[in-house]
Amino acid sequence: MATPHEHAHEPHDHGHGHDHGAAHDHGHHPQSFWSKYVFSVDHKVIAMQYMFTGLAMGIIGAFFSYVFRMQLAYPGHHVPGYGVVSPGEYNALVTNHGTVMIFWLAMPVLIAAFGNYLIPLMLGCDDMVFPRLNRLSYQIFLLSAIVLIVSWFVPGGGFGGAWTAYPPLSAKAQYNLTPLGSTLWVVAVALEFVAFLIGGINFVTTAMNSRAPGMKMFDMPMVIWMIVIASILFMGSVGPLVAGAVMLLFDQTVGTHFFDPVHGGDPILWQHLFWFFGHPEVYVVLLPATGIVAEIITVFSRKKLFAYKTVLYTAFGTGILSFFVWAHHQFIAGIDPRMANVFTATTVLISIPIAEMMFVFVATLYGGSIRLTVPMLWALSFIAEFIIGGVTGIFLGSSGSDIYFHDTYFVLAHFHYTFVPIAVLSVMAGIAYWYPKMFGRMMNETLGKIHFWGTIIPFNGIFIPLFLTGMAGDHRRIYDYSNFPELATERLGHLREFATISLLVLAAFQLVFIINFFWSLKNGKKAGANPWDANTLEWQAPSPPPHGNFAELPNCYRGPYEYSAPNREKDFWPQNEPV
Amino acid sequence: MIERYIEQASSYASDIDNLILLIGVLVGFWFILVEIVFFGLIVAFRARPGVKGQYITGEEKHQKRWVGVPHELVLLCDVAIIIGAVRVWVNVKQTLPPAEETVRVIAQQWAWSFVHPGPDNKLDTADDIKTVDELHVKVGTTYHFKLEARDVLHSFSVPAFRIKQDAIPGRVITGWFKPTKLGTHDIQCTEICGIGHGLMPARIVIQSPGEYATWAAAQAATASR
Repeated sequence: MATPHEHAHEPHDHGHGHDHGAAHDHGHHPQSFWSKYVFSVDHKVIAMQYMFTGLAMGIIGAFFSYVFRMQLAYPGHHVPGYGVVSPGEYNALVTNHGTVMIFWLAMPVLIAAFGNYLIPLMLGCDDMVFPRLNRLSYQIFLLSAIVLIVSWFVPGGGFGGAWTAYPPLSAKAQYNLTPLGSTLWVVAVALEFVAFLIGGINFVTTAMNSRAPGMKMFDMPMVIWMIVIASILFMGSVGPLVAGAVMLLFDQTVGTHFFDPVHGGDPILWQHLFWFFGHPEVYVVLLPATGIVAEIITVFSRKKLFAYKTVLYTAFGTGILSFFVWAHHQFIAGIDPRMANVFTATTVLISIPIAEMMFVFVATLYGGSIRLTVPMLWALSFIAEFIIGGVTGIFLGSSGSDIYFHDTYFVLAHFHYTFVPIAVLSVMAGIAYWYPKMFGRMMNETLGKIHFWGTIIPFNGIFIPLFLTGMAGDHRRIYDYSNFPELATERLGHLREFATISLLVLAAFQLVFIINFFWSLKNGKKAGANPWDANTLEWQAPSPPPHGNFAELPNCYRGPYEYSAPNREKDFWPQNEPV
Repeated sequence: MIERYIEQASSYASDIDNLILLIGVLVGFWFILVEIVFFGLIVAFRARPGVKGQYITGEEKHQKRWVGVPHELVLLCDVAIIIGAVRVWVNVKQTLPPAEETVRVIAQQWAWSFVHPGPDNKLDTADDIKTVDELHVKVGTTYHFKLEARDVLHSFSVPAFRIKQDAIPGRVITGWFKPTKLGTHDIQCTEICGIGHGLMPARIVIQSPGEYATWAAAQAATASR
């Protein structure tokens, strides 16, 4: 493969230029709509494809949560825009809400969209190392999304066995009553993993090989490191689950009995395969989110990132430890109880690197010159809210207290305090921050702040009450609590209703974001190349960057966070600026 | 904290609640501390015209101390939590005190069946008392439960006892509890088990030995008729 430097001299003869003919000669020739936006191999276009597909899926996932939260607050009532929710539909809604939000929102937007967009730009090269593989990754991802959507409309309805898909329920149609839905669900998830495996190979290879001349490993912006570590984690953990998914598919369709105890299989095996992937997966999406936060808090506090290498080591530590904690999801699942002691220790100890990372982020603020712009508000809210998700995890990682909390709403509230900061707050931070680069115009600041407060307040309004209902013993995936005398109390009913109303408020304020997003495309203030006075290389390219990114590929002279350096008039120092 | 929401009706309920309280105090301290420092710094270092940010690498020893020391204290708290968690876990899940009585709990889509030993205090004899969706136990008696599932995974949970255990088809899992208070409480299935998962409520009735004997006799009488 050509190095980025060679591209600079001979853009017509090297790299992706000859992948697909003259139509892509760095925008010198007009391209048709199809080759420019649909079958493009440009990393920025693929990033946008991932982002818009991911956000569209996110809207669907949010709609599902609206329907089942309405059912929980007003059981048996007609839900506006949906109708009356049956128990089977309720299960399918919660299952697919979880599936969509993790696999079709968090993964594509955080890893694939930001990874694709930022890696070549921040490393100072003109595209990914394997542009056509990149296009293939998105096409498989799109196919997986279509398969998942189709699975909701087949006879029997969508799969309703929870996003964890524990057999025997998920394996046998006689138990789950969704013969087609559950099969298509497994196929969709497996396809999605293939898409991200391909994408991950591309991300890691590009980061290792295509850095601008002079950019050492420790000069890479933190978000790139985080996406690389996340890709490695994903590739290391997904293998067992792909194997498990194929076994589950065979159990469903050709009558094997890998997970059927009556015929010598073991349902617990699936749980091990699933969670061996499932727990690292949390960090696969968490790490890129923390990377985005690191970029933003340094820029808007005009500070060097506190202890760059420490942050990196905490990410390595978290990544490695995350392979040894999975059975904390299975404390009460019937595993040997002695195993729980080991997994309690590893799980509680993972708080060490994560707490350290949060301490470092807080320390970065010290001595800064903090500007509370919209991206900064989102990034700061990530820290403030993620800490809640972090500390409540300790209750669940400790085997003794998990006996009570397992599968209650306390668990649900806990992981939403991690996943909402990850998939919503950091994504919003990233969009607000890189929007000027992506589209060449600034988003509206006032609308941005309205959207921020209209999201962050009702977000807490949804999940704080759910901590309380979880403490009171509300267990998960129950479509109507009136069958349980201890849970049918007025007090708990009010808490559920409060959470649902908060969700409605939160959903309404997302309209502000959509309006701001599209309004600013045409009417936003022109951004210029570097509106935030940032150091990293993407801000040295024009906004929006053309095909090929840089007019002249940059050299790199220093690390990414040289803000407020002494003896300089300006308080930033771009990585490509010679001394 | 939990006892404010739901009664402590088993011998180990207070142990679990105390562990939750211990964790709550420790993580609550860190949570409040970090949030105070966090918001304090945002207020203290808001941008002012003409004031540049400070250049702090965070790589020097005296700087690293600011995250290093809290980090060691977090480790100490972690160790305390792990010890507390393991102690409770070993007591509730890993060791089985000798049983004074044994019941069989069978989960299926979508009902609970319970087998109580009859007057001979032995399971699988002719005088067993079988019930659906209602389990009767004697206060102050140490019970073993033999948990089975007929079809898919289920989970046997009695929140007032703080006990929860998944049921797995093809296996019999033994656990224990000792009711300490009279009353009637929910039994919940806490592992999704199909469309009727929300329709699988059962009740546990904790009776004095006298009441239990009366109930058992009445059941035996119904069965023999």
